[in-house]
Amino acid sequence: MKRITIPIGPQHPALKEPISLRMTIEGEVIKDADVRLGYNHRGIEKLAESKTYIQNIYLMERICGICSHSHTTCYVQGVEALCELEVPRRGLFIRALVCELERIHSHYLWLGVAAHEAGFDSLFMYTWRDREVVMDLLEIISGNRVHYAINTIGGVRRDLNEIQKEKILEGVEFLKKRMEYYTNLGTTEPSFVGRVSGVGILPEEKAMALCAVGPTLRASRIASDIRKDDPYGAYGEFPFEVCTADTCDVLGRVVVRVKETIESLNIVEYIIRNLPEGEIKVKAPRRIKEGEVVSRYEAPRGENIHYIKSNGTDKPERLKVRAPTLANYPATIEMLKNGFVADIPLIFAAIDPCICCAERFVEIIDERKGSRGIMTMAEIKRKFKKPEIKKDFVWPL
Amino acid sequence: MAIIKELVYLLVYPGMLFLFLYSTFCEWFDRKLYARLQNRIGPAYTGRFGILQPVADFFKLLFKEDIVPEKADRVIFSSLPVIGLATVVSAGLYLPLWNFDLRAPGFNSFQGDIIVVLYLLSLPTLILFLAGWHSTNFFSTLGGVRVLTMLFGYEVPLFLAVLSPAVVADSWRLAEIANFYQQFPFLLAFQIIGFFVAVVALQAKLERTPFDIPHAETEIVGGTFTEYSGKKLAFFRLMTDIEMVVGSGLMATVFMAGFSGSVLPSLLIFVLKTLIVISILSLIRATFSRIRVDQMVVFSWKYLTPLAVLQLLISIIVKGIIG
Repeated sequence: MKRITIPIGPQHPALKEPISLRMTIEGEVIKDADVRLGYNHRGIEKLAESKTYIQNIYLMERICGICSHSHTTCYVQGVEALCELEVPRRGLFIRALVCELERIHSHYLWLGVAAHEAGFDSLFMYTWRDREVVMDLLEIISGNRVHYAINTIGGVRRDLNEIQKEKILEGVEFLKKRMEYYTNLGTTEPSFVGRVSGVGILPEEKAMALCAVGPTLRASRIASDIRKDDPYGAYGEFPFEVCTADTCDVLGRVVVRVKETIESLNIVEYIIRNLPEGEIKVKAPRRIKEGEVVSRYEAPRGENIHYIKSNGTDKPERLKVRAPTLANYPATIEMLKNGFVADIPLIFAAIDPCICCAERFVEIIDERKGSRGIMTMAEIKRKFKKPEIKKDFVWPL
Repeated sequence: MAIIKELVYLLVYPGMLFLFLYSTFCEWFDRKLYARLQNRIGPAYTGRFGILQPVADFFKLLFKEDIVPEKADRVIFSSLPVIGLATVVSAGLYLPLWNFDLRAPGFNSFQGDIIVVLYLLSLPTLILFLAGWHSTNFFSTLGGVRVLTMLFGYEVPLFLAVLSPAVVADSWRLAEIANFYQQFPFLLAFQIIGFFVAVVALQAKLERTPFDIPHAETEIVGGTFTEYSGKKLAFFRLMTDIEMVVGSGLMATVFMAGFSGSVLPSLLIFVLKTLIVISILSLIRATFSRIRVDQMVVFSWKYLTPLAVLQLLISIIVKGIIG
């Protein structure tokens, strides 16, 4: 059969953000896949170098809409490590509370998206309706639904009172009941299970070799979670399990995420019941001591890494962000191979891609010559200079 | 007078005008029910309860920009929606609603009209395939191929299931089948398997979830309709709506004893029975996720066709006992 290459994206209904997946297919079977990035580059790292550490918290928040708290916590933890700040326990608990609520809302959202990619719109509508509860809880805590802006260097910006605690416990109870229903639905509904089981296989050793992270890795039997492996904040104190699945397919990724949501709901309950008294933040210096630090954080999508280099001023010299989606791209290509065209959206959605999170540089490809490389702004200006307009131009007619 | 009656029959009831209005109503009903099942509100603004939304959509599409791909065959590309609409409207004319005589077969009610209706309802599938193929777009072509692959799945069980009530009624004429079951309604109890097989096959024919494989938007964009826009898309949408009405009308005729009485009572019974069928179709649409094309073919040959054959056997045994 003839092999053809089809473009999925940069504009495609299955993709909510621009990315290009080039699929080489034979009939309905995918033979090869290629990912092209760089449609959504925003230059955040460069921008961060010209802003102060405090301003950068809010810039980091805007890397991603879904895991905004993940990026700020990762960044703030790094800065706190640089200036050796001891954050009060209450602050750490509230930080972890927002983090777990964010994980719950992200997984609810993902379940809806996966259901929509599989053509199961009823589940999509139901999960997104229930996700509103979690969004409301986050709004009660922080005043915002998406960019919570609760982190600051040295602690958190808002405290919790008794009424808020009560509301959160109520919401958690409701969400637990609903998630149990979805667990049942997502793992037993025959048409949905038929679509997701055995699709996008990623064997254990491949997952390890290709450095997959987060639920994608855990669905391939590997119990790796930064919260357990390298506890940050107050995570050493919370009782929770690292959820894994042994099917290594999209169904496994569904199972891991629904189990994780229930674990997160338990953590939220634990935090509310054992919230320590005391201050929520300590004062942080404006200028950060010279040095460099790597901060790791378990975002809903996987391991998030921030590298911060300080030169003793109030602005970072270098800030590097490695979002979890970027780490999952090589594994995605492996998963797509020998799948069906009908499974492309499901497999791709199963890593919970956040494309603009992962856009860290732009590669310039010359379509005519086929050459590729990275250019500075000055080089681009020189090469793609506008043609000069002749001053004394006379129209031919 | 006869000519006026025929013209009314062709153009007003149950021809073009009625089918247009009723199919838009059915689309609204389906959308509203589907939305309520999903905990949404559904159409709400145009007309009371949003009842005019499908009509508004149709007219809005009529005035939208109409693009024909450069490489496509202009004549075929443009004529397919019209031909598709014509086939489903003519299939609608054979439903025993009005203007037929039970004793004297006429041009719209004769022995074998059940086959004609099934044939006319098969044509839109081929038209969709041709539409996909002539769009010269990769996504359309893949959609067209999927349309044809699915056809091999659902067509056989649909035919077997729809023809088994005819075996018991000993007639190939829709009016006579309906009349037979009006006299012996208890015999319909033996057709219950066939009814569900036919409804599922109809769901596949209408390309609705879980069988919306040819235009699965998250996989192949618009599928067969990717390149269609404006008037042509409006006609295709209307074609699907009318196909749903005629298909459920056929189900109501052969499995629910048709529509008895004079013009108005028969119309009311028609609306009631087709809405029951459409409710089942909406319920199926809301409960399942989309399956893959290979899973669909396996499903129809592993489960649907054996059930349809079983139904045919039951019908033959029932026929032997009562005959």
